[in-house]
Amino acid sequence: MEEKTQKILQERMEQVKKGGSPKYHERLKEQNKLFVRRRLELLFDDGIELEDGLFANVMAGDLPADGVVTGIGKIGGQTVCVMANDSTVKAGSWGARTVEKIIRIQETAERLRVPLVYLVDSAGARITDQIEMFPGRRGAGRIFYNQVKLSGVIPQVCILFGPSAAGGAYIPAFCDIVIMVDKNASMYLGSPRMAEMVIGEKVSLEEMGGARMHCTISGCGDYLASSEEEAIATARRYLSYFPANYQLKPPRAEAKGPNPSARPLAEIVPDNQNIPFDMMEVIDSLVDEGSFFEIKKLFAGELITGLARLDGHPIGIIANQSKVKGGVLFVDSADKAARFITLCDAFNIPLLFLADVPGFMIGTHVERAGIIRHGAKMIAAMSEATVPKISVVIRKAYGAGLYAMAGPAFEPDCCLALPTAQIAVMGPEAAVNAVYGNKIASLEGKEKIEFVQQKRKEYQEDIDIYRLASELIIDGIIQPNELRDELITRFAHYSSKQMTFSQRKHPVYPV
Amino acid sequence: MKTIAATMSGTVLQVLVQPGDRVESGQDVVILESMKMEVPVQATVGGTVKEVKVEVGAFVGDGDPLIELED
Repeated sequence: MEEKTQKILQERMEQVKKGGSPKYHERLKEQNKLFVRRRLELLFDDGIELEDGLFANVMAGDLPADGVVTGIGKIGGQTVCVMANDSTVKAGSWGARTVEKIIRIQETAERLRVPLVYLVDSAGARITDQIEMFPGRRGAGRIFYNQVKLSGVIPQVCILFGPSAAGGAYIPAFCDIVIMVDKNASMYLGSPRMAEMVIGEKVSLEEMGGARMHCTISGCGDYLASSEEEAIATARRYLSYFPANYQLKPPRAEAKGPNPSARPLAEIVPDNQNIPFDMMEVIDSLVDEGSFFEIKKLFAGELITGLARLDGHPIGIIANQSKVKGGVLFVDSADKAARFITLCDAFNIPLLFLADVPGFMIGTHVERAGIIRHGAKMIAAMSEATVPKISVVIRKAYGAGLYAMAGPAFEPDCCLALPTAQIAVMGPEAAVNAVYGNKIASLEGKEKIEFVQQKRKEYQEDIDIYRLASELIIDGIIQPNELRDELITRFAHYSSKQMTFSQRKHPVYPV
Repeated sequence: MKTIAATMSGTVLQVLVQPGDRVESGQDVVILESMKMEVPVQATVGGTVKEVKVEVGAFVGDGDPLIELED
């Protein structure tokens, strides 16, 4: 072959890999954004190792790779597929070949049964190309269809670096986790400009669909990163807890002891049922040091969800946080739990419930928001989870809170309690009022106080934790400072668990 | 004017600040009692207390204003 021919190929490859024109690269720098190929270097152990469709739309001349890089590399030694928008090419917008490349890398990930990472930074559809890329069988809709089909088969991770507008906003919506870069990432169906035109609302981009809004209020974001580097490192760390697909077990890391400066569990949990304490301290005292990866940290803080390791093995933790809203379950916390439980169950990550819950919130505010149907989602997801699941009543589990936190009726592999734990339909104060309301109203002064105290004492005795153990409602009462070892031993023995919840097509989801 | 609002519905158990007090973001300003739990409400921004809008024992709904601050 002529040297000239080879040189032409070399030059054209180099040209495409440069992305869009220099002025758009300048703009990236102004926005504290990295070029797509730099992002891929940071994402993969050894950069992108193979790439398809480099010459997509090369005949157009000014649309290198048609604005998206698709290919394969390794993360933590494991093969991972990627699709990455190039915002220097027509603002990362989608043409027909952009969409075809995204669909093909999804099909590749499905065939290879490996995770797929979406690096999103796109203005959305190229309206000028809509007939080719929007409505057809292999139009943009197929991207979302594929995402739904891949959900629970392989891990799907989204890092949002810039906008994901209109239909494009559904890429993050269908991923397992969405990591957003603060200030730059945004997600919305209609831009502020469109909102002003169509409904007359005047609002900033940040208020409408900024990263912080989505990570704190809407719940569409799972992790708020302060830089692109942090976002990419977070995606790499997240995947370290996951198997390549649903047929494999999650990988074990090197086992570590708990944080040596964590306080002993017996000191952390107060005897008084009504005083808040920090459940994060409990988690810190139980899991391998530095292994806790919190998901949706800024959203519905009354419930903590996160991945961790126990003796090197990944687990998922669902824990009530009494420091926030008393640890009561709300609409958002129930959603947060349902989502996290299905994530762990899909990829064979065992579940640990740490219960300290006064129940689901009551009152008109939450009834109007549909607390019953939202709570039903959490209970449904928890019921259906067939991974090893352990429920520990750390301090209290009242009412439907006991059910939602994998109480005995929901087939946990075991339900354990600390010696100070209380399990009941409701706490002593509320229960005595409910049962003896009329009687209490008829009494006065000292007599009234003595009566209430007497009844509360009787109630306490009735729900004594040893009584519940005696009735075989709970499977064990554990010394607080032995809980970690107990959990390690139990999860090790439960690891062979094989269970099919049902052979039906699917449930009628409570949503 | 900045407002500190109730984070959930409940009864006012304690008001920890009075007009003229300087508060920092993150500081507990009111303790509510709800679902038999003590629920501290924190200032989301700093400022000087201009008005306490609730009394001990009053019912407040989720999002109701508790304290008004000025710079």
